[in-house]
Amino acid sequence: MPEITYREALRQAIDEEMERDRTVFLLGEEVGEYNGAYKVSMGLLDKYGPERVLDTPITEEGFTGVGIGAACVGLRPIVEWMTFNFSIQALDQVLNNAAKLRHMSGGQFKVPIVFRGPNGPAEYLSSQHSQALQSMFAHIPGLLVVAPATPYDAKGLLKSAIRNDNPVVFLEAELMYAWKGHVPDEEYLIPIGKADIKRNGLDVTIVTYSKPLKIVLDAADILAQEDIDVEVVDLRSLRPIDEETIYKSVRKTNRCVVVDEAWPVCSVGSHVAWLVSKNCFDSLDAPVEVISSEDVPLPYNHRLELACQPSVEKVVKAVKKSLYME
Amino acid sequence: MTSVVEVTKYERVFLWKLLKEMILIRRVEEKAGQLYGLRKIGGFCHLYIGQEAVAVGSIACLDLKKDYVITAYRDHGHAIACGMHPNPMMAELFGKITGCSRGKGGSMHLFDAEKHMLGGNGIVGAQIPFATGVAYKIKYNKEDGVVLCFFGDGAIHQGAFHESVNLAKIWGLPIIYICENNQYGMGTDFRRVSSVHDFSVMGASYGIPGKQINGMDVLEVYEEVSEFVKLAREERMPSLLEIKTYRYKGHSMSDPAKYRTSEEVSEYKKQDPILILKDTLIEKGIITEHDYQSLDEECKQIALESADFAEESDEPPLETIYEDVLA
Repeated sequence: MPEITYREALRQAIDEEMERDRTVFLLGEEVGEYNGAYKVSMGLLDKYGPERVLDTPITEEGFTGVGIGAACVGLRPIVEWMTFNFSIQALDQVLNNAAKLRHMSGGQFKVPIVFRGPNGPAEYLSSQHSQALQSMFAHIPGLLVVAPATPYDAKGLLKSAIRNDNPVVFLEAELMYAWKGHVPDEEYLIPIGKADIKRNGLDVTIVTYSKPLKIVLDAADILAQEDIDVEVVDLRSLRPIDEETIYKSVRKTNRCVVVDEAWPVCSVGSHVAWLVSKNCFDSLDAPVEVISSEDVPLPYNHRLELACQPSVEKVVKAVKKSLYME
Repeated sequence: MTSVVEVTKYERVFLWKLLKEMILIRRVEEKAGQLYGLRKIGGFCHLYIGQEAVAVGSIACLDLKKDYVITAYRDHGHAIACGMHPNPMMAELFGKITGCSRGKGGSMHLFDAEKHMLGGNGIVGAQIPFATGVAYKIKYNKEDGVVLCFFGDGAIHQGAFHESVNLAKIWGLPIIYICENNQYGMGTDFRRVSSVHDFSVMGASYGIPGKQINGMDVLEVYEEVSEFVKLAREERMPSLLEIKTYRYKGHSMSDPAKYRTSEEVSEYKKQDPILILKDTLIEKGIITEHDYQSLDEECKQIALESADFAEESDEPPLETIYEDVLA
C-alpha cells in the first residue's frame, strides 16, 4: 500500500468523487487558482474547470448558503472553509438552513453537502485562529459530524461524506495535513458512525478522535513500557457516535479516559464521559477521566498554548489515575 | 383607482387568474387571521393582506417547471401564487399531518418542492444566499430557469443580502432579488434604519440593474418583473427590484401596529391591489360586478373548506418526531 499524506488522501477523495459524479463541485476561498490555502485542492481547477472548482470572495455566509441552496436542488457541493474559525460567519446557514430545511419541509428536501476544513489549534495563532469547534456542530440534530485522524480514514470518510444525502461537517486539522499513512490504491469507503480500535489493550480504554490520536498512541507506547496495556478507540464520527464500540471496550478494560482537544464544557468529550458513566456504570472500576483543552482562549505564547492542550504527559497521568497509580 | 397598464392587450383568462389568486390569498389570509384568534393556529403568523399584487404579479412571470421561488416567513401569498392548494397550507398552519410540511414547519415554513416553492425561511435574510445557490444550480446544469428571491425591507441590510448579490453578479446568475418593501421591518419604519430610501439604488453598488416598482398594481408588477426575468433568463444578469407595498395587518398576529396611524392605513386601502384590478377590469368591460362577486364567493368558499380540511385532519403521530431529520 502506498504511503501518502492526509492532505493527499483528501485530494484523492475529492478528485475521485468529482470524477464519478458530475454533480459534485468544490467551492470556497482560494480553492481554485491558489490551489487551496492548505493545498488540498491542488490541481483540481486545471482538471475540472472554474464552475466545478469555484473560487469565492471572503463571504463565508454567502458561499455556504449558496452551497446549501445548490444541494437542495440536486447538486453535491463541497464547501471548504479556510479554517473552522471562519465557519462561525456561516453558522446561521449551517444551523438554520442545512440542518433544518429537510425537517421544516416535512422531508421534501435532501441536503447532500460537505462542509470541510481545518479545525482546532495549529501553532502560534492565538485565540481567534486556534479553536476546536466540533462541540457546536455535534450539538445540532440534522447534521452529521466526522473527524478522521489518519489518511486512510480521511479518504474513506470523505468519500462517504460526499455520497451521503445529509449535511456532513468534516473536521480536518492544519497539523494533520502532513501526516502520512498507508492508503490502498483500490477504492474503499468508511461508513459514517463507525469508530475504530486503533490499538488493542486490556487495562484502560482511551476514547479520542482527530489530532489528539497521535499523542494518545504515543502515550500508549510509553505506558506499555510500564506494562500498562491501553486500548485506543478512535471515534472518527462525532454525530452519530458509535456507542457500542466504546461500551464493548470499556466493559473489557473497566476503565476509561477521554481525550478531546475541545474545551471541556458541553463537549463531545464530556458527552462521551457521561455516556460511559451511565451505560457502563457496573463495569467501571474508576471514575471516567477527561483530558480536554484548558477552559480558556488559546494564548499566542508557545509554552502557554502547549500547556493549554492535551499532551502525552497529561494522558499518561490520567491513565495512571484511572488505575489508582497516582 | 385603476391600473396604468393597458389591460386590453391581455387575455381575459390571464387577467382572471391574477384577480382570482389575489382574492384567494386575501380570503385565505382573513380566514387564517380569524382562526388564529380562535387559537386554532399558534406561534408566529404573518399575514400577506395588502401585499397580494407583489407575489401574484411576480410569480405570474414564471414557468415553475424550470423557475424557482424562495421567500421569507410571510410566505402564504407566495405559496398560493405558486399553485399550492389552500388545504395543505391551512393544515400546515394548524400543525396537522396533512400540512404541506407534515406539521413540522407551520406558517413560516411552507414548502412545495414539486412546484418549486422552496420556502418559507424564518431567519431574516437567510434565504438570500440559499436562493443564490439555487440559481447557481441552474447555471451549473445549463438550464433555462430563473429564481425569484423575495425578502423584506428588514432583510436588505443583512450581510447575507450583500454577499449574495455580489456573488450573483460575479458568477452571472439568473436571479431577481425582490425587496418587498412594506415599509416596516416589524415595528421599525424603514426610513429610520436605512441610509437610502430608494433600495433599488443598491443594485448599482454591485453593478446590476435596480428598479423601484409600484407593488399595489398587479399588472405593473407583472410587466416590470417580466423585463427583469427576461434579462436574467437571456443574459444571466441578476437584478434588484424594490417593490413598494403595504401590509394592512401588524407584523404578525401579536402586533397591534401602534407605530403607524390609522389614516396611513386607510390611505393605502384606497389603493388596494384587488380593487385596482377589479375597477380596471369592470371599467374596460372585461368583467362585471356580478363576475367579481361570484369569484369572491368562490374564494371565500375555498378558504372555508381549507379551514374545515385542517380542522378535520389528524395530528401528526408522536412517532413522526424522529422522521424528516436525516435523509
